[in-house]
Amino acid sequence: MQEKQFIYAVARIRSHEMKLLDTQFIEQLMAADDVDECLQLLMNKGWGHESSLSPEQILDHEYEKTWKLMEELIDDMSLFNVFLLPNDYHNLKAAIKLVISNSSSTGYFTDHCTIDPETMVEAVKTKNFTLLPEHMSAVAEEAYNTVVQTGNGQLCDVIIDKAAMETMYEVSSKQSNEVLQWHAEIKVAASNIKIAVRGQKTGKDLKWIQNAMAYCDSLDIEALAQAAFFSFEAICEYLRNTDYAEGVDELERSLSSFELWCENWYMRKIKPQKYNQFTIGPLAAYLLARENEIKMVRMILLGKLNQLPEEAIRERLRIMYV
Amino acid sequence: MSDWNWGVLIALSGGILAALLSGIGSAIGVGKAGDAAAGAVTEDPSLFGKVLILQLLPGTQGIYGLLVAFLTLTQIGIMGGSSDFSLVKGLMYFVSCLPMAFVGLWSALRQSKVSISSIALVTKRPDQSGKAIIFPAMVETYAILALLISILCITGVSGLNV
Repeated sequence: MQEKQFIYAVARIRSHEMKLLDTQFIEQLMAADDVDECLQLLMNKGWGHESSLSPEQILDHEYEKTWKLMEELIDDMSLFNVFLLPNDYHNLKAAIKLVISNSSSTGYFTDHCTIDPETMVEAVKTKNFTLLPEHMSAVAEEAYNTVVQTGNGQLCDVIIDKAAMETMYEVSSKQSNEVLQWHAEIKVAASNIKIAVRGQKTGKDLKWIQNAMAYCDSLDIEALAQAAFFSFEAICEYLRNTDYAEGVDELERSLSSFELWCENWYMRKIKPQKYNQFTIGPLAAYLLARENEIKMVRMILLGKLNQLPEEAIRERLRIMYV
Repeated sequence: MSDWNWGVLIALSGGILAALLSGIGSAIGVGKAGDAAAGAVTEDPSLFGKVLILQLLPGTQGIYGLLVAFLTLTQIGIMGGSSDFSLVKGLMYFVSCLPMAFVGLWSALRQSKVSISSIALVTKRPDQSGKAIIFPAMVETYAILALLISILCITGVSGLNV
């Protein structure tokens, strides 16, 4: 899409950015006595729809609303393949599991993908993997054969997750937009670090760790795998010499703290998109900001529903885009 | 072809260049700012009046280019004045038109970018529309300076006996 076409879309996004939730509103939600009060605040903010009454319905409605807006603003949705392709691979996992377990439920599939989940199920069912795009067919066949021959669902997931990361990274490297490139970089790097930590904690062998990791520019995956095979401290030591050095303290606390740090780091990186008027960057940043706030609201609602202490909710909160 | 014809042709080229480049810059600038304005009005129709001014700002260079071209035509015997002048004088008219031609093109393109940013500002803070107009108007200064120097040069050259 040409620069000129993004000017209109970005101008519309600026108006939508005004409706994003800010830190002050999140504090209001936190101060609410219960879920009903939270929902009322959200409804007042324009969230939900007359027919969406439960928290989950409201959140789904907001998620759908965001994607509908993007589809309206961007003629060629393949520009957002960095976000869409991981959903395809998630659906591939679901399709293989459905076929293996002879189930027909479609509730496991994620919307907003590039391949129709029914085609995916058909491809797996008939073992005609050529129905799938080139980047996915060989992986689908390998993952399916692995789970059929070994019954190891985890290995199947590892194969598909790695392919998802590699495909997303490859797509992003062809994009000229930095927001999309950062997204792939941080996702792949965070995934590699998680694999390293989990692999180390569960005593996986070096080959397993190496096979599970996907290439990215910001990490030397060979060095990270070696460190993971050695010890957790070695992972931290290696990371102290990378772009993720500031996140090591969080990693030492827990993996989820590190994930939170990654998301905050990325959110800080994309904040300048609020002042960019000419590229797809502000649209991608808005989409991520919406996903971030929906995630935050879900967390607060779940916390209130399960009567978690405020501190427990607060430590999971991310920084906001606006 | 005799010398005086070449002089008129070169002088005419200068006037046309001023109108052409400034016009192209303005057309692109107004077009881009129009996209941003349409986006802003799609979401909030009440912003129409505020963003319309911002859309129009990159359009002034086209008018300045037209003015310089018109002034040139009135001096070189096409719409007035005398066509009996030398090749050197024709070249002087041509050079006189260049500030408007190039500054007009460039300032219109740059001004459209600032206008688009100002439209974003107005979208988020409609109460700041007065300030938002100032930013693209700053770029206008240089188009006005170029217009001024082109007009001074053209009127000055017409009085020269070369």
